[in-house]
Amino acid sequence: MKSLAEVFAESLMIDAASVVDSLAYQSIKEWDSVAHMVLVTALEDNFDIMLDADDIVAMSSVAKVREILAKYDVTA
Amino acid sequence: MSENMQARDAVLAAPPFALNAAEKNRLLGSALAELTLHHAGHCPQYAGILAAQGRAAPIGIADVPFLPVRLFKELDLKSIPADAVFKTLTSSGTTGQVPSRIYLDQATAQAQSRALAAITTNFIGKDRRPMLIIDHPGVVRDRTSFSARGAGILGMMTYGRAHIYALNDEDMGLNLPAITEFAEKHAGKPIFAFGFTFMVWKYFLSALERAGITLDFPGSVLIHSGGWKKLEDEAVSNEQFKSVALERAGFDHVHNFYGMVEQVGSVFMECDHGRLHAPGFADVIIRDPLDWKPLGIGQEGLIQVVSAIPLSYPGHSLLTEDRGVLTGEDDCPCGRMGRTFRVLGRIPAAEMRGCSDTHAAAA
Repeated sequence: MKSLAEVFAESLMIDAASVVDSLAYQSIKEWDSVAHMVLVTALEDNFDIMLDADDIVAMSSVAKVREILAKYDVTA
Repeated sequence: MSENMQARDAVLAAPPFALNAAEKNRLLGSALAELTLHHAGHCPQYAGILAAQGRAAPIGIADVPFLPVRLFKELDLKSIPADAVFKTLTSSGTTGQVPSRIYLDQATAQAQSRALAAITTNFIGKDRRPMLIIDHPGVVRDRTSFSARGAGILGMMTYGRAHIYALNDEDMGLNLPAITEFAEKHAGKPIFAFGFTFMVWKYFLSALERAGITLDFPGSVLIHSGGWKKLEDEAVSNEQFKSVALERAGFDHVHNFYGMVEQVGSVFMECDHGRLHAPGFADVIIRDPLDWKPLGIGQEGLIQVVSAIPLSYPGHSLLTEDRGVLTGEDDCPCGRMGRTFRVLGRIPAAEMRGCSDTHAAAA
């Protein structure tokens, strides 16, 4: 299983070092709506979970994603 | 935001189809009054228009002053400083026509996403189903400049999983290998399909008919939008569209929705009883084109739309160029509260617009 930072880095095609808690959706050009769906699929595959529509809308930052994963008993 | 937006916050937090007429007039009416004040204080052109109309502060939904939708083509209207613009939406800028420009800040964009999620999940459920996108992959390929159609598809992808595109890039032909694989993988399970009305009819349903192919996705939902104008030219009614969608693809729930880029969050979804529904945070008023008075159930007129969402631009109350008729209020057999209506088409004098249907418009 990859780490949350690795999943982010691969999905958004950014450097793992730039994956910090405060990184927000749409704050960089790499995290746009297309990459968001790539990220959703990668999170689901990597952590073996099924996110619902509300989760996806609420995934507004790295910190928020970690919070949502915790709901599914994923510590990332 | 330092201003008091209590009613707006409350109406946005309410479940989308729960408010009855009295509750809604009070809560949405107050929210729209807050927004009217807010925009008058932040958008000088809007303040100028209000002053010219000499209107008193609105007290109910139907009292809120409205702007003609085409004003957003002529003026750059926003209630935020330029550096707070988070996203600019443009309407279908088909050749020779001026697109509307709608400026969103982060708060407005977020309210819109939440509102769309509340409405969509009310119709298809929270679980994301396998999703068939009735378009070609090229429509979202250029990430730097999406068409309105591409943006619409991306917005809807949130509600599905394991997405595939039903059409080929080259010729809009059916991508039969992809469709077959998808059908086998999800056989007998409800799926979610989305596309623009004209694309779904011309390149999917009609193509399936021509090829003599029948798909079977029992319990599935098809959501489509983009306007009927092109299909009326081919004399296709909503009833015919639905029956072909059921016969050819097994889509038992077909929901058309009415909305426009100029008023984010106003998504009026058609229920299984064929009525378009206004959610709690938005509403529709039908006006007499001669004296602008609100009309009652069954009387045809011009459609005005109001929404509690637009904070960043003064688009909370707009007069459209579409004709419509109210079909009821708080009385739909589907159980959703609020007004229901039908769209009858565009007014004859309006410029030609195909909503997000840029492909068809270019044809």
